[in-house]
This record gives sequence, C-alpha cells and structure tokens, in this order.
Amino acid sequence: MFPTPIQKRSAAAQATYKSLLPVALILWLLPLIAVMVFSIRPDADFTQGNYWGLPSSFDLIPNYSQVFFNSDMPRYLWNSVLITLPTVAGAVALSAMTGFALGVYRFKGNLLIFFMFIAGNFVPFQILMVPVRDLTVDVGLYDTKTGLILFHIAFQTGFCTLFMRNFIRALPYPLIEAARVEGVAEWRIFLYVVLPLMKPALAALSVLIFTFIWNDYFWAVVLTQGPDAQPVTAGITAFNSQFRAAYHLMSAGSIVAALPPVLIFFLMQKHFIAGLTLGAVK
Amino acid sequence: MANVSPAVPDTHPPVKPRGWYRRNEIALTPWLFLLPGVLFFAVYVIVPIFQSFYISLWEWNGLGDLHETGEYVGLANYERLLGGDRKFEVSFWNNIRWLVLYLLAIPAGLFIALFLNQTVTGIRLYKSLFFFPFVLSQVVVGLVFSWFYLPREGLLNAILGVFGAGGLNILGDPDLATYGIIAAGLWPQTAYCMILYLTGLNAVDPEQVEAARLDGAKGWRMLWYVILPQLKPATFIAFVVTIIGALRSFDLISVMTNGGPFGSTRVLSFYMFEEALSEFGFRMGYGSAIAVVLFLLMLIFITYFLWSMWREEKAARR
Repeated sequence: MFPTPIQKRSAAAQATYKSLLPVALILWLLPLIAVMVFSIRPDADFTQGNYWGLPSSFDLIPNYSQVFFNSDMPRYLWNSVLITLPTVAGAVALSAMTGFALGVYRFKGNLLIFFMFIAGNFVPFQILMVPVRDLTVDVGLYDTKTGLILFHIAFQTGFCTLFMRNFIRALPYPLIEAARVEGVAEWRIFLYVVLPLMKPALAALSVLIFTFIWNDYFWAVVLTQGPDAQPVTAGITAFNSQFRAAYHLMSAGSIVAALPPVLIFFLMQKHFIAGLTLGAVK
Repeated sequence: MANVSPAVPDTHPPVKPRGWYRRNEIALTPWLFLLPGVLFFAVYVIVPIFQSFYISLWEWNGLGDLHETGEYVGLANYERLLGGDRKFEVSFWNNIRWLVLYLLAIPAGLFIALFLNQTVTGIRLYKSLFFFPFVLSQVVVGLVFSWFYLPREGLLNAILGVFGAGGLNILGDPDLATYGIIAAGLWPQTAYCMILYLTGLNAVDPEQVEAARLDGAKGWRMLWYVILPQLKPATFIAFVVTIIGALRSFDLISVMTNGGPFGSTRVLSFYMFEEALSEFGFRMGYGSAIAVVLFLLMLIFITYFLWSMWREEKAARR
C-alpha cells in the first residue's frame, strides 16, 4: 500500500494525521459551509451587516419554507424529475441494446460504430446547438420537456454505450455460446442471459445519468424557456432574480436544487463510484 | 462465428426448415439491436456536427428555412472571426488559460488521494465528503463561489480581512475574474481526479511496492518510478475528462459573470451562445463558425484520445 500506512508510523504522526483530516475537510468544503450558514440566517443579519458573526436567530424553517411555498421552485424541481427519470430509462435501455450488439457480436464495422459513439460523446455542445435547436423547433418540441428528454437520451447513449459494451465484454462468453447451442433465440439470450448479469452496470449508469441530467444547464437554456418546462438548474436563475440580494433565500434555494443528486450519491455511492471510475483500473 | 457446429453429436430431432430470419439470425441481430441507438445518436449528434459546418457558411437569423431566409456568404464568417474580432481573441486566449490551469486538477487530485489513502476510522466518510463537490451541478458551484467571492458579504474577504488584506472583488476585476472562475471549476474537477486516483491506488500491486521498499525506494522516488506507472490508466482518464471539462466550460461563466466584466471572462463556448442567441437578434451563421473553431480545437484532443483507445482495443483483440 502506498503511501505507507499511518499505523506503521510514530504515535505523534498518527495524531497529527487524525487531527489534520477534519481541518483539511473544513477548508475543502469552506465555500459550501458558508452557503449553508447563509441559508439559516434571518434577513435582519444581512441588513445589519452581520455576515459572519453568530446568526441572531436560527431561521432554517422560515427560509426553506419560503423556497417551497413562496416561489416556483417546486415546479422547477418537479420538471427536473420529469426530465431526468425518462432520460435515465431511455438512455439505459438504448445503450443496453447497443452495448449488447457491440460487445457480443463480431461483424464488419463493429469497432467503427463503437468509436463513433465515443467520439460523439466528446464533442463540444456548441457544435450541436444550432441544428438541435432548429430541429426541436421544427418538430414543435421547443420549450417542452419531451424535446429536452429526446436530446438527452440521444446524447447520453454515447457514454452509456461505451460503458455497457465494455461491461458486456468482461462477461464470460461461454455462457452465451452455451445458450446458443441450446438453440435459444438471440433476443432471448439478451433478455434472459445477459441482462440479469448486467444489473451492476445498469445501476451504476442510472445513478450517473441521473446526476448528469439533473445538473445539465446548457441544454435547459437552449431548448426551454419558462417554468412550464425548465428544470431546476435553469429555474434557479429566475428564483434568484425573484429574491435578488436576499442571500439567505438564494442560498436555501440552491441547496434545495442541489439536494436530489447529493442524496442519490450518498445512497448509492458504491454504484456511483464504480461507474465514474470505469477504466481507471486495468 | 456464423456457422458454429456443436461439438457434441446432435441428438435433437431433425430441425424443421427454418425461415430466412432464423437462418441469418446471428448476422442480423446486432443490427436490430443497434438500430434505435444509432438512429437517435445520428439524428441528434452526428448529423448536427456536419450541419453546423454547413450553417457556418451562411448568414442566418435562425427563423424559417435556412435556404429561404438565409444568405450564403461562403467563408465570410471565418474571415470576420479570424480577421481581428476582439471578442473572439479574448475568448480564444481564455480557452487556453482554462486548458492549462484546469490540468492542475490532476496533480491536486493525486495529492488529495495520497493524503486520504489510509485506513483510519471514518476515512470512508472523509473520502465521500471530499468527493462531494463533484455531485453538485456547475450552476450551484458557480453560485456558491460567487457568494464566496463577494466583496462585502463573502467569506473569502472576511478571512482575508483577518490577515489585514481583503476588499478583493475578484469577479468584478477584469484581470482576476477568469482565474476566479477557473478556481471554482477546479473544485469539482479535483474531486473527480481524486476519486479516479483513489480507485487506482486501491489496485496498485502490493508486492511491487514491497519489493521496491526492500530495494530502498521511498517517498518521491517510489511515487515516480513505482506508483505512477501503475496509475497510468487513471491518469489517462483524468486527462480526458479534465480537457473535455475545460473546453466545455459554460455554466460557470454564465452563472458567475455572464461573460463580464467588460467581456473579459468569455470563452468560445460562451461567445458562441451569445452570438447565436443574442438579444440583438440571432446570428446562427456566425455562432456556428465559432462552434466550428471550438470543435476543431477539441478535435486535436479527441483524435489523440481515440487513437490511444483504438490502440488499446487492437491490443486487447489478441
């Protein structure tokens, strides 16, 4: 193990390390802690210039209930849910199929198609912006959740295919051959042999895509406009202009907007990290 | 692969004559499975790349059909762009700053990973909390940092004030604003690199480390000659995601400064958006030309990434 396990060092070194950990963590998360402290302060603290002293009262509940009951925030949050979940389902379904095709079969053009998915995954969004916006307007899906979902599914299929294909490659191939010898139809092999083995990949991808899509901002501003379809990342700007300079409310608002992916991450950490670090180890 | 004959004698009853599909099943199935994914990807990703190249040769406000309301101008958009557009120059050099400084996330991530790669109580929680900024959306990171930087209310100046400095208005200063935004971007990016390296460190071969230790390798030399070579896959991914992240920077700029002060924080991706959907009328052609330049800049890296991955695929194919 590298670096040398701290247990093998002197007691003094161990004590230093253990006391350094929380200090480092607080420094690392300082900007975030500042926002959390802001979000529980009362308005009066800001008018009196008491930014960093003790809060004059603990206003967690009033501030957050403003966010939930006195703004469009719940609508934006709900929009985000309605955009994110179908995208996750769609991208994972499509890429399970493409990944199966590219991972199991040998045919001409296999590697080429695979690399097309990888390459597309790297391009800057701006090169897609004008045509995608145009297409979305033309089919009457501008400023709708559907328009956003369709694009997200298509784009995420690139990354998901890379992931799924590599995962399927690592599965024991004899299993598939055995099924074939038994005369099982190919689509049944996918459904009953490969898919059950892919559960960890499906979970990892779902968590990752959820976070990516929830956090998307660029496409939300390009393809949607108002509170009818905009997700919370775009809605937060409207929220902030509603409460201009009310830092306690803006802070509370952005914490609420950030919460769902954070919860998902802490609940499904193992899958999340497994997905993110795919390929980091050979 | 297409005609695998069973290794064991076939004891099944004679097969009924099979249909065309059944006979060609193995050749057809992959294409059927690929169809929806490839179709979606082509319509929304592959074709638009070429369309953007095409649109960049036009002057077009994005309303109606390109060929009716647009005007073909050939390379005029590029001539204007490269022939002394101040905003373009600023954006381009800012992109280079982003690229170079963003790479700091890699050594920083490695440093934190080395710091956290211990087994003491609670270390798992520490690791997840260090990683946690990556889960936040860039919009929230942008807001968090713009409040952190506020000249009066911000914590940064409050801390600097304790040391007698302070009064720094980072996002209001054209010379500092870009660096302020890059610092905000480095926060989640470093977390990402850290988790890549933590995973990599986990898989480092303990026998090699022990052998090197017996040979007297320690500290830096150990890291450089024994550990880093084993972390190569992690470094490669960290490099890919950091470069892509640097060139995709849009959200942070849009949220933190909206390109200002005096346009000093624009990057190509932001400038393109501004031109194409500007409040003074949509200039889709000019915007597309900017996007093409950004794409070509990125293509240098994409080609390198794909080439590395391609080599590996070939090697893995036995």
